[in-house]
Amino acid sequence: MENIIEVVGLRKRFGRTVALDGLDLAVRPGEVHGFLGPNGSGKSTTLRVLLGLLRADGGEAVLLGGDPWRDAVALHRRLAYVPGDVTLWPSLSGGETIDLLGRLRGGLDAARRDELMARFELDPKKKGRAYSKGNRQKVALIAAFASDADLLLLDEPTSGLDPLMEEVFRQCVAEERDRGRSVLLSSHILAEVEALCDRVTIIRRGKTAESGTLTELRHLTRTSVEAELATAPPPGILETLPGIAALEVRDRKVRCEVGTDHLATLISALSACGVAALTSRPPTLEELFLRHYQDDLASAGSAGSAGSAR
Amino acid sequence: MSATAFAGVPELTRLITRRERIRLPIWCYAILASVGGTAYSFKTLYATPESRRQFADGIGRNPALAVLYGKPFDLTTIGGLTVWRMGVFGATLLAVMSIITVNRHTRAEEEAGRFELVGAGAAGRHAPLIAVLRLVLGTQFALGAVIGVVLVALGEPVSGSFLLGLSVAAGGWVFAGVAAITVQLTDFGRSAAGLAFAVLGAAYLVRAIGDGSGANGPTWFTWLSPLGWSEQTQPYAGDRWWVLALLAAGTAALIAAAFRIAARRDLGSGVFPARPGPASGGRLLGSVGALSFRMQRGNLLGWAIGLLIGGAVLGSIADSIGELLGSSARVQQLFERMGGQSGIENAYLASAMNIIGLVVACYAVQTAARMRTEETSGRLEPLLSTATGRLRWAASHLVYPLLGSALLPVIAGAGAGFAHGGRSGDLGTQLAQLIGAGLIQVTAVWVVVGLTVLAFGFAPGATAFVGWSAVGFCILLQELGPILRLSHWITDISPFSQVPRAPGVAVSAEPLLLMTALGAALLVTGLIGFRRRDIG
Repeated sequence: MENIIEVVGLRKRFGRTVALDGLDLAVRPGEVHGFLGPNGSGKSTTLRVLLGLLRADGGEAVLLGGDPWRDAVALHRRLAYVPGDVTLWPSLSGGETIDLLGRLRGGLDAARRDELMARFELDPKKKGRAYSKGNRQKVALIAAFASDADLLLLDEPTSGLDPLMEEVFRQCVAEERDRGRSVLLSSHILAEVEALCDRVTIIRRGKTAESGTLTELRHLTRTSVEAELATAPPPGILETLPGIAALEVRDRKVRCEVGTDHLATLISALSACGVAALTSRPPTLEELFLRHYQDDLASAGSAGSAGSAR
Repeated sequence: MSATAFAGVPELTRLITRRERIRLPIWCYAILASVGGTAYSFKTLYATPESRRQFADGIGRNPALAVLYGKPFDLTTIGGLTVWRMGVFGATLLAVMSIITVNRHTRAEEEAGRFELVGAGAAGRHAPLIAVLRLVLGTQFALGAVIGVVLVALGEPVSGSFLLGLSVAAGGWVFAGVAAITVQLTDFGRSAAGLAFAVLGAAYLVRAIGDGSGANGPTWFTWLSPLGWSEQTQPYAGDRWWVLALLAAGTAALIAAAFRIAARRDLGSGVFPARPGPASGGRLLGSVGALSFRMQRGNLLGWAIGLLIGGAVLGSIADSIGELLGSSARVQQLFERMGGQSGIENAYLASAMNIIGLVVACYAVQTAARMRTEETSGRLEPLLSTATGRLRWAASHLVYPLLGSALLPVIAGAGAGFAHGGRSGDLGTQLAQLIGAGLIQVTAVWVVVGLTVLAFGFAPGATAFVGWSAVGFCILLQELGPILRLSHWITDISPFSQVPRAPGVAVSAEPLLLMTALGAALLVTGLIGFRRRDIG
C-alpha cells in the first residue's frame, strides 16, 4: 500500500521569505508520524499546503492518493484537522461547533463524541467566546477524534492542555492508531513525540533534516556510557576504539560517548577489565533535536528570516 | 473615583493614539474638507445675496431636505447655508466616528483578551475607557475649533463659526458617551456597537420627525434627539450657546453613568450575562449555509427593524411636505413647477429612497467584508479543511450582501408605503411604488459589493478599505455633488446616481441591467481570484 502522505521537494515562499525549501515527508498507512521542528521552521506551512489552503510553488505533494490543491473537497472527507491556534465562532456553543464540524466532514459518531466530551471534561454548553485556550483546543480535538477520518492532521494540538488532558490526548492518539488510522502530529513537545510516534521527521528551515524511526535516528548519534571497572584500563586501549569520543578515565572510572553502532566493541573492551557498574543511556530525542539545531542557535541572529509559522 | 483609576492612562492614550494615527486624521480631514469645502463653494457659487435668495427659494426650500439634513434657519448668509447643509450631517458623521473608536479600544480589546495584558500591568480598570474618551473628545474638540478657524478665515462671523464647529463636535461627544455605556452592557463588541448605532439611528429619526412636522405637528420631537440639539444651537442665526452647554452636560451625564455601570461588572463580562448555549448542534446546523445564517441573522434582523422604522418615519412625513413649503407666490410657482403636491412628495420620497440605498450599501459592505474577518480570525481554515469548497463557503456569506441587500430596501419601501399610503389613502399604489423604488437601489449596491469581492479575491488585505471607501465616496458625491456643482462626469461615477429617481419617473431597465452586469462581472472576477489565492 502506498504512503498516506508523500511530499517530495516541496517549496513555498511568501514574498521574499522562504518558508519551505525542498521539504520531503512520507507518512505510511497506520502510523503516527511525528513532525518536529522549532517555531517558524515550516511545519504549519506544510500542513496548510497539504490542506489545499496554500498553493505550493514547487515540488510534489500527494495526500491520500490525490492532489491536495485540486482534489481538496474530496480529500477533506477523509481527514480531520486540528489547527494550532483554534478560534471558535463566538456565538456557537462548543457542542454545536463539534457537531457542525463533524457534519461538514460527512458525519460523526455521536456516542464517541459524548464519550470524548466526558473524557476531556468539556462543558459543551459554553459559547465559543467564553472558552479558554485549552478548552478551545479540546473542542477541535473532540471534533477530530469523533470523526470517521482516515487521516488526522494535528498541528501542535496540545498547546494549552493541562498535563491530565495531555494524557487523555495521548490515549486518544493511541486508540486512533489501533483503529488503523494514520496521524501526522506536528509538535515541538519532544516527550509527546517520543511517547506516541512510530516515525519522526525533523525539519529545519523548511528542509527535512532527518527522517526515520526513533531507533534509526538514535543509530546516527552517540550513546553516553559510564562504567566503574574492577581494574584500571590499560592506557591506550580505550582511546583507539572506533567511534569513541569525550573519553574521561579517572582511575577505575570511565566516562565516554560512543557511536551507537560501536557500542558492542566498547562493552567488550570494558568487560575485559571487569565491570563493577555500568550505565548506558541512549540519546534522548531532545539531544537529537538539539544536535540539529545547535548550529541554528549559533547563527540565530542572521537566520531569523527562516520563515514564520504561517 | 480614586487616583489609581487614572494609573496607566497616559501610556494607554499614547498606545491608542498610535493605533489611530491613520484613521482619526482621515475622519477629521474628511469632515473638515466637507464643511470647509461646502462653505467655500457657497461663497464662490452664491456670492451675492440675490443669488443666495434664489438658491434658498429653490433647493433650499425643498422640505425633503429639511427632513433629511436638518432645518434651515437662515439661508441668506454663507454661514447659514453651511450650517443647514453640514450641521446635522457633520454631527452624525462624528457620532459614527465616536461609536467605532470607543468600541474598538474598550469592548473589542477586552473581547480579544488584549486588555488582560494591560489590566495585569499597572493600569486602572477603567484606564482604557478614560484614555479613549480623552482622545476622542479631545480630537473632536480640536476639530470643532479648527472648523471655526476655517470658517472665520472664509470671512464668517466669529461666534457663529466656532458655535457651528463645536456643535458638530458635540454630536460626536454625546455618542462617545452613548458608546461608553453600550460597551458595558454586552460582552460582545459587535452587539455593543450595534446597540450604539441603534441609538444613533433613533436620534436621527426622532429629529427628522420633529423637523418634518408642520407648525401644528410635534416639532418638539427635535428636542428629544441630541442631533436635534446640535441643530438647535442655530449658528449664525441667533447663536444659542446655551444649547451647546446642554450638549456638554448631556455628554458628562452619559460618561458618569458609563463609569458607574463599569464599576459594577467584572472584566470580560457585560451587565447582561452571556447565556449558555445548547450542548449539541440542532438538526439544522449542518452546513456552512446554516452556519453563516446563525452568524448573520441577528445583524440582518437589526438592520431590517431599523430600516422598517426608518422607512415608516420618512414615509409618514411625506404628505406634510407640502405644508412646510409656505405660501408665498414664488413658492407657489415652484410648487407647480415640481408637479404640485404629488410631484413634491415623489421628489422627496425619491431622495429618501436614495438615502436608504446608501444605508443598505453600508450593510452590504459590512457583510461582504465579514468574509475577510472570518479568514483572518482563523475560522475559515477549519471550515475549508472539511468537505467544504471555497466557492460554497463564499456563497454562504455572499447571500447577505447580495440578497439581504435586496430585502432591506424592500422592507424600507414597504414601511414608507404603509405609512404614506395609510395617510394619503392609496395604500396599494404607494406600497407597490415604494417597494419598487426601494428594490431598484439594490443594483447600485451590487456594484459596491462587486468591488469589495474583487478586493477580497486579489488584495484581501484591502477588502474593508476598498468597500468602505466606495461607500464613503458615493455618500460624499451624493451630498456634495449638487452643492459643489460638480460636473455630471464626476457625480455619475457613483452608481447610486444611475438609479432612476422613482417614484414619479418611468423606470428604465437599461441602467439597472447595466449595473447588475457590472456588479456580477466584478463579483465573478473576485471569486476567481479567491479560488486561486492562498488562504490566511
